[in-house]
Amino acid sequence: MMRPSGQAPATSLPIGSDADLAWVRQQVRQYAAQLGFGLVQQTKLVTAASELARNTLVHGGGGQAEITALDDGRSRGLRMRFTDQGPGIRDLELAMTDGYTTGGGLGLGLSGAKRLVHEFHVDTEPGRGTTVTAVAWVTQVPSSRPGAG
Amino acid sequence: MPEQDVAESAPQVVSAFLEQRREQIAQRWADAPLFRWVFTVSRDEAVEACKLVVDALSEVAVSGRLEDVATAGFAPVRDQLGRMAQTRARAGSTPAQIAGEVAGLRGPVIELLRAEFTDPDTPHAQECVLALTLLMGTLRLVVMETALDANADLIERQRQQLLEVATPVIKLWEGTVAVPLIGTLDSARSQIVMESLLEAIVDQRARYAILDITGVPTVDSLVAQHLMKTVAAARLMGAECIVSGIRPAIAQTIVQLGIDLGSVLTRASLADALAYALSRQGIEVSRADAGASAR
Ligand SMILES: Nc1ncnc2c1ncn2[C@@H]1O[C@H](COP(=O)(O)OP(=O)(O)OP(=O)(O)O)[C@@H](O)[C@H]1O
Ligand SMILES: [Mg+2]
Repeated sequence: MMRPSGQAPATSLPIGSDADLAWVRQQVRQYAAQLGFGLVQQTKLVTAASELARNTLVHGGGGQAEITALDDGRSRGLRMRFTDQGPGIRDLELAMTDGYTTGGGLGLGLSGAKRLVHEFHVDTEPGRGTTVTAVAWVTQVPSSRPGAG
Repeated sequence: MPEQDVAESAPQVVSAFLEQRREQIAQRWADAPLFRWVFTVSRDEAVEACKLVVDALSEVAVSGRLEDVATAGFAPVRDQLGRMAQTRARAGSTPAQIAGEVAGLRGPVIELLRAEFTDPDTPHAQECVLALTLLMGTLRLVVMETALDANADLIERQRQQLLEVATPVIKLWEGTVAVPLIGTLDSARSQIVMESLLEAIVDQRARYAILDITGVPTVDSLVAQHLMKTVAAARLMGAECIVSGIRPAIAQTIVQLGIDLGSVLTRASLADALAYALSRQGIEVSRADAGASAR
């Protein structure tokens, strides 16, 4: 069972500008460091957050980020949830393909972010919006590589 | 005066009082910290500024909209209050401190109003004092609002300045330039970096350009794309671009993200990148004493 860990249970942050993206990255870094994530994992989490928050801003027209500290009894983790009420993703499988972009990007944000975390889930409905949830757990071996999700 | 005509409503009494005692109020306010610190050159100027604020308050009082921050009565002094707040903000005051300074104007004017009544403790007198207190509270909010706006302006200006300051192109050697990137590389920064780098390549006739990202905390797909575009543009200008300072954690993250920097020349440190650029230009750097002892 997942429950928020003691110190910093959850934060909700607006995503409406480039400055907000920088703030989300900083908050994720702070949470990750506090929860005991190593430097490499911190960097991966911050990078995944940067990708997903930017998608929320650029493709979703803005929205919210929610950062939650987790503790399943064995290890600590971080859940990041990005929500928008934008156009949604029509073909999720296609959007998750490396290199697929509708906006002149590298098309690596979604697929890459998934590889940077342990659990990854996209909830989307055309015309309704998109919610992307990413979870990572503190791995005991510093160099161990998170699976592809 | 006021108490003779009890039928007059409190806001009207306050308005008439402000009008009649305009000069005295202005004289007292001119010595209050807020006006004294803003109008440092001439006291007359401070007094005139105070009078305008008194006039506006009187206008607001007569309209009866004592608690309306957006009421038209404040319009004539909004600019002036904004400039005052800006001056205080530039001097380092926080909006809360500025609000405190505005609150400091309340005491003197309330004192003058109470002196108007033979018995300041009658319900009517108290009602008038309350009305003026409310009005001064609204003035404080108006200033607070403009102070916050002024702060936002200041932050934006500093951000713009930072954009330029944080991207110097340094000539490291004849034909070799470098940009040490520090902080977030968003689209606006990237654009400036690219422009100043290309300019420097032309001006310095540089053959080698080094982009050092030691100070960039996050390299996501957008930052990587900006870097690759800059490298490609430098190439078009006839310069070879070297990206240095990719830290181990960032290297691992980039690879897992799926970014292919294969076409970009990279070196661990700025020093390594410089050594590469020099050797490619046939320049050899060696210790003077090492050379001497070898002979
Ligand atoms: N929140 C969202 N709302 C709507 N569409 C989205 C959202 N997130 C992603 N998409 C769609 O999925 C595509 C792939 O996203 P992905 O992040 O992988 O690439 P990108 O954003 O286009 O480029 P980049 O590599 O710079 O991130 C996007 O081009 C967009 O069409
Ligand atoms: Mg993206």
